[in-house]
Amino acid sequence: MSNKEPLKLSEHEEFLIKIKKENFRVHTARISILILFFCLWEIAAELSWIDPFITSRPAAIFDTLVLLNANGELWRHLFITVGETVVGFMLGTIIGTLIAVLLWWSPFLSRVLDPYIVVLNSLPKVALGPIIIVWVGAGLMAVITMSLLISGIITIINVYGGFHEVDQEKIILVKSFGATKKQILQKVILPASFPTIINALKINVGLSWVGVIMGEFLVSKAGLGYLIVYGSQVFKLNLVMTSILVLAVAAVGMYLAVAYFEKKIIRHL
Amino acid sequence: MMKRKILTISNLTKSYHTKNSETLAVKDFSLNIHEGEFIVIVGPSGCGKSTILSILSGLLEPSSGEIIYHSQTYPLSIGYMQQNDHLFPWRTILKNVMLGLEIQGRATQENMDKVIKQLKMYGLGKFLNSYPNQLSGGMRQRAALIRTLAINPDILLLDEPFSALDYQTRLAVSEDIVSILKKEKKTVIMITHDLNEAISMASKVVVISKRPGKIIDTHDIRLSSEGDSMLQKREAPEFMDYYNKIWKELDVHVE
Ligand SMILES: Nc1ncnc2c1ncn2[C@@H]1O[C@H](COP(=O)(O)OP(=O)(O)OP(=O)(O)O)[C@@H](O)[C@H]1O
Ligand SMILES: [Mg+2]
Repeated sequence: MSNKEPLKLSEHEEFLIKIKKENFRVHTARISILILFFCLWEIAAELSWIDPFITSRPAAIFDTLVLLNANGELWRHLFITVGETVVGFMLGTIIGTLIAVLLWWSPFLSRVLDPYIVVLNSLPKVALGPIIIVWVGAGLMAVITMSLLISGIITIINVYGGFHEVDQEKIILVKSFGATKKQILQKVILPASFPTIINALKINVGLSWVGVIMGEFLVSKAGLGYLIVYGSQVFKLNLVMTSILVLAVAAVGMYLAVAYFEKKIIRHL
Repeated sequence: MMKRKILTISNLTKSYHTKNSETLAVKDFSLNIHEGEFIVIVGPSGCGKSTILSILSGLLEPSSGEIIYHSQTYPLSIGYMQQNDHLFPWRTILKNVMLGLEIQGRATQENMDKVIKQLKMYGLGKFLNSYPNQLSGGMRQRAALIRTLAINPDILLLDEPFSALDYQTRLAVSEDIVSILKKEKKTVIMITHDLNEAISMASKVVVISKRPGKIIDTHDIRLSSEGDSMLQKREAPEFMDYYNKIWKELDVHVE
């Protein structure tokens, strides 16, 4: 070899380099798939392998995006949908947790309500859509209610389950100090279940999106779900695809935000 | 020297009820306890020892029998410590130790200073703001004891407080704890499975039969050892006599 004395790397350094290379390859592959997919889509449309009238095409999606951005429509619909989702999942988490606390507080109530919760959980919530519309009107409120219903029930079940997994002996410990029921809740149950509640948050983000888009399909006059339905009705597939793409980006963004929030908080536990 | 009687337990009986069975856990358990005594209860597994402590701590109602606390202060304060330290992982050591005072609405600056002083005295001064998972098993156990002592209890109930520790740590921690409790002049009722530990820590050993737990015998422990350390006590000439006697009493009743 030409180099007489190659730089000797320690085993650990070699290990790190190996990991870096591996990561680089994974990332490159990921991005390549995305680019390849869009290129293929565009080429297929260009060469008339597929009919862009029903499949749309990346160039048209891009144009639509530019247009929607220019006339401000994109941001209005995005804002409405994201707003509904945030409100839905916050309400779902808070109300769900409060009901879980209530059920923990009264074992009698919890036993009485158990079958109702099971039924509500099994029932596909979209079936309640028409009733919701009748009750709260066909608008923003109906969408939020739908999202709240879906995430709220799951929160009740998960958080209530978490409360029951709290170590019984920890409760005995505070009881031996003479703790009241409220103190047991404050000092043991809630802090011990905190990870469960944060986890519920993470699940609820996803479920709230389901609820919101479902709700928008059913009732709304604005939002990404509305754009998708409207686009498909008037056969503007460019609009449909663009909305779905924006939706995907927004959903991932929100998931990452919650995951980041979780990491920040859990670090202290 | 006549010590003041602090607790009378008479004919304590306890049955547990489940849907399809009734378990008689403790039967006619009677004992007088005097101030400053260090009582150690030994007995086969499942004989009702923990049940007795739970009842004394007030967490469990007896089926029948009576417990009378002869205390000038009312309500008499009881410190109850279980096998595991149960330090809360989301609280710092200082906040863990303050838990009892906090619940009783006595988390004053003065009491906090006292607790900090105690933590420092018993080698946890550097860990006030650490979380429990940063401490060794022995340190955690000491923190749990200080948490129990913080509410200034008249009687301490210790349910196998060292059983989660390895032999070495266990010896060191039990040594620490005996000296802490002596310094603080506490009355103690402790459960253990370890006869060596029982004899070297106790002023009185109570031997209980298999379930339903009844008292087989009590032994006032007097050791003529050189010093006060656990190991020195184990070298005392009387030690083996106590050990053999108690061991036989337990053995006979295992059948
Ligand atoms: N909550 C309960 N419900 C029903 N039975 C119980 C309950 N707690 C304890 N028992 C039964 O009562 C008996 C005494 O239990 P206890 O925990 O007091 O024994 P122990 O002497 O402390 O045992 P160990 O030395 O193993 O800790 C056991 O047979 C146990 O199965
Ligand atoms: Mg026990």
